[in-house]
Amino acid sequence: MRDEATFRVKSGLAEMLKGGVIMDVVTPAQATIAEEAGAAAVMALERVPADIRRDGGVARMSDPEMVAGIQQAVSIPVMAKARIGHFLEAQVLQALEVDYIDESEVLTPADESNHIDKWAFKVPFVCGATSLGEALRRIGEGAAMIRSKGEAGTGDIVEAVRHMRRITGEIRKLSVLGEAELPAAAKELGAPLELAREVARSSRLPVVLFCAGGIATPADAALMMALGAEGVFVGSGIFKSDDPPARARAIVEATTHWQDPERVAQASRGLGRAMTSLESSKLEGEELLAQRGW
Amino acid sequence: MVATIGVLALQGGYEAHARVLHRLGAVVLEVRVPAHLQGLDGLIIPGGESTTMTIGVERERLAQPVRALARAGLPMFGSCAGMIMLDREHLGVMDIAVERNAFGRQINSFEADLELGPDRELDGLAEGPVRAVFIRAPWIVEHGPEVEVLARVDGHPVAARQGHVLAVAFHSELADDDRLHRLFLGWARAYARAGGASEAGGSGGLARSRASQP
Repeated sequence: MRDEATFRVKSGLAEMLKGGVIMDVVTPAQATIAEEAGAAAVMALERVPADIRRDGGVARMSDPEMVAGIQQAVSIPVMAKARIGHFLEAQVLQALEVDYIDESEVLTPADESNHIDKWAFKVPFVCGATSLGEALRRIGEGAAMIRSKGEAGTGDIVEAVRHMRRITGEIRKLSVLGEAELPAAAKELGAPLELAREVARSSRLPVVLFCAGGIATPADAALMMALGAEGVFVGSGIFKSDDPPARARAIVEATTHWQDPERVAQASRGLGRAMTSLESSKLEGEELLAQRGW
Repeated sequence: MVATIGVLALQGGYEAHARVLHRLGAVVLEVRVPAHLQGLDGLIIPGGESTTMTIGVERERLAQPVRALARAGLPMFGSCAGMIMLDREHLGVMDIAVERNAFGRQINSFEADLELGPDRELDGLAEGPVRAVFIRAPWIVEHGPEVEVLARVDGHPVAARQGHVLAVAFHSELADDDRLHRLFLGWARAYARAGGASEAGGSGGLARSRASQP
């Protein structure tokens, strides 16, 4: 008998993406470039975060025609973004048979209170988080993979570092607590107690942890791997740079060889200019995408 | 005797294999460049994206040394994308042709109990079926006479053995089932006892490895 869409099947695909780079693409042509550079998966979205920032307006799920075109163009997994709480966009993406759905703060939220009930889907979800509590709330809702949020579309790594250090630091703190201290700690984190117990026992998230938001260079990717990311999402960093194929290949290489600075140095040479960047600390209020979701 | 197992770690599910191997007391080394292949008693090629791994294997020039080790009798075990990497078109270690994503996209992924046989050594698994997790899984479309098919799903071969090389289309490392890894560690220990890497190389190695198997 076949058991489909078990949590093991959902989180298992993320397990197979480890050590890899997942690249934002908006067209089939970009998806092909990503695949040929060694991307472990592509993420289909309407506009890359840098363009969403520049042009403003409501950012939505990608056109299904475009998603289908990207699926035709590549054989690697195709992920696609849905708005936070927009379970209808997620149902559409499931009907298109995308391999993973990203309930993403990069798009304009559809529900200011509730995230999607991800247990109701056969297709697995990845969600962003800025803290351990947020990660465990998403996993409690059914997410099978977590990515630290960072600040998408900036090319500034500082928020990705902040979120990754916070998540891994909070995991370490939880892992030294006694059984009697865990309920209060879970309450403090705003996390389901059972998941907090699991993290305390295993000293790791119950699902794969990638990072996202602000990666622009091979050294950025290697830094995030060194800080505990199990793989990286790169959004605007590739297709908003001077030479996307070369930069994509270089980020893949640096993600594999993050422990070897000579290889990261070699991969970083001659890539032309990185994306035009924004300092996250100069952004205000609504401009901070990581604050979307809870 | 402790076996030293390399796990190809260019991209993919290498940590899941490493966790099982650690639990079974093996020394585990991550393999990213040819130098990491030295001194191994066995090599695992994990699941992941075969296009990503293929690009990595070319970039690191790993194909030729891996093929040489296979000829010398080094036990190898590929799962999912690892099965693809072992096939004729990629590393050329096994005489099989594999169709990628044959079961379809993620929505068609599944887990199931799978009986493996009729290989005599694999009868050690007869305590019951293996819990097999199929993720965007491939299957074997064609194979040569030296390849023994060990299991099928819907009539398609999903597990096969050729001498000291085992390939499966699924992930037992994601389920709590370490019997395939125990079997593989047995091969690795036999390889090490027979002289292992120090004597590996040339047709002598191949003959020795064949002699060590029933």
